[in-house]
Amino acid sequence: MSQSTPTREVARRVFASEFNDAGYTFKESDDERAPVYALLPTGASANRVFFVGTLTEKDDVGDDAEYWRARIVDPTGTFFVYAGQYQPEAASAIRDLEAPAYVAVVGKPRTYETDDGTIRVSVRPESITEVDATVRDRWVVETAERTLERVDAFEEEANEYGRMAREEYEFDPATYKAAALAALEDLDESDELAGETADSPAGV
Amino acid sequence: MPPIETRPEAETPMSELRQEAEAIAEQFSDHLNVDADEVEERLENLVNEYRVPLDEARRSVTNSYLDDAGMEREEIGRGGSEQVLVNDIDRDEQWVDLRVKLVDLWEPRSDAISQVGLLGDESGTIKFVSFVTSELPKLEEGASYQLSNVVTDEYEGRYSVKLNRTTTITEIDEEIEVGDNAETVEGALVDIQSGSGLIKRCPEEDCTRVLQNGRCSEHGQGEGEFDLRIKGVLDDGRTVTEVIFDREATEELTGMTLAEAKEMAMDALDTTVVAEEMAGDILGRYYRVTGPTFGRYVLVDEQEEPGPVDVESALIKARSI
Repeated sequence: MSQSTPTREVARRVFASEFNDAGYTFKESDDERAPVYALLPTGASANRVFFVGTLTEKDDVGDDAEYWRARIVDPTGTFFVYAGQYQPEAASAIRDLEAPAYVAVVGKPRTYETDDGTIRVSVRPESITEVDATVRDRWVVETAERTLERVDAFEEEANEYGRMAREEYEFDPATYKAAALAALEDLDESDELAGETADSPAGV
Repeated sequence: MPPIETRPEAETPMSELRQEAEAIAEQFSDHLNVDADEVEERLENLVNEYRVPLDEARRSVTNSYLDDAGMEREEIGRGGSEQVLVNDIDRDEQWVDLRVKLVDLWEPRSDAISQVGLLGDESGTIKFVSFVTSELPKLEEGASYQLSNVVTDEYEGRYSVKLNRTTTITEIDEEIEVGDNAETVEGALVDIQSGSGLIKRCPEEDCTRVLQNGRCSEHGQGEGEFDLRIKGVLDDGRTVTEVIFDREATEELTGMTLAEAKEMAMDALDTTVVAEEMAGDILGRYYRVTGPTFGRYVLVDEQEEPGPVDVESALIKARSI
């Protein structure tokens, strides 16, 4: 497609287990307002992500103003999403949702360092909406494919983010490949189960 | 994918190399004494020995013969460049032939440019540039031409074609219907932009501008007529595409009619509630839309939500990556 707008960042597809490992951030220019990218360990830059998972818990962890923390689970792990007064739409969406629910999230990667020096990666949401299982399944398949493609291209000469990931991380891309395949296999099995029970009377 | 693996069985078949070699030798037949066997040997060395993709090998070998002959790349045709439709052009530096109508001529912004404008065929339109140094005859607006040996170019994801010294221009007596560059895009709806939902348009005749705070940028303060529209962003994880749903498409997408939207806004004493309500129903879902392109937008004619994903075939594909 030729209409990619250079100013809008694409939303990467990445599973939680890889996203939470993406603690290294960088800019492409010295400009103070230049966008910040998280480096995905499979060798890609991410200024924005799109993911679909199950909202399992939500807590208002704010002291004075409302500040929501949501745990959103995919087949590989948990995304941590934080929304406060500067993300009013997302915050009110979390307030109105009831766990468990499938949700789709568009957001920006954020990192922070804990007291013991660990880097935690979280999501600052731009939007959160409730979706159904069809959307979730499509996302799992799409994200598995994108992940496998990144792992496949990881060692390529021209892949500068692959090179950056080799320098900055000690993660083995094979683990993300295995996680992506396992996610697909799980989905395939649950599909088959759904197919077997489809003929049974309702409620069985 | 180019053969970058190092497995020995991944060698490019001889016949393909041979064809390329003969094509290259043919291109230089008027200028150099080039033997197809020799070309083939050089290609084979690059492709099989050094694992260079065939495209790159062809370029490298061609360039070295250009050097030998003291010629510019423009001076050789890509013997038998391919006849294509303008909307199918998706790579730069390709030599192609076009059967097109000159839709529009623009004012050249530089003395080096002889003509610049828009060419069209049934697939859509594409920008073209002709340079003074190429000394080509001028094209006329509204006329149709067979253009052979033009070269494609790309800038920020948009394609154009450059006419050059080797381009042949044949006027043809034929009315070419110019298409609308229809595109199909699929992805998750990741954003709804401002100016979406229940909007007001300027009621002046032939003016359909959207009012900003009750003002038309051309006609000033006005009552305005209600309309529905969604300007959204579809994102497939690789590229983003901006799409516009007009009233009809918005009603189909959201299930909300203009009348219902007006009522909702009336109850809330606020028009922005409409876009918010719509966002909850459509953001984060996958859509496949088709329609003509207008600038960077795709105007949605047809839309569908892709159904359940085929996990089994995805798994087979995934295992092969």
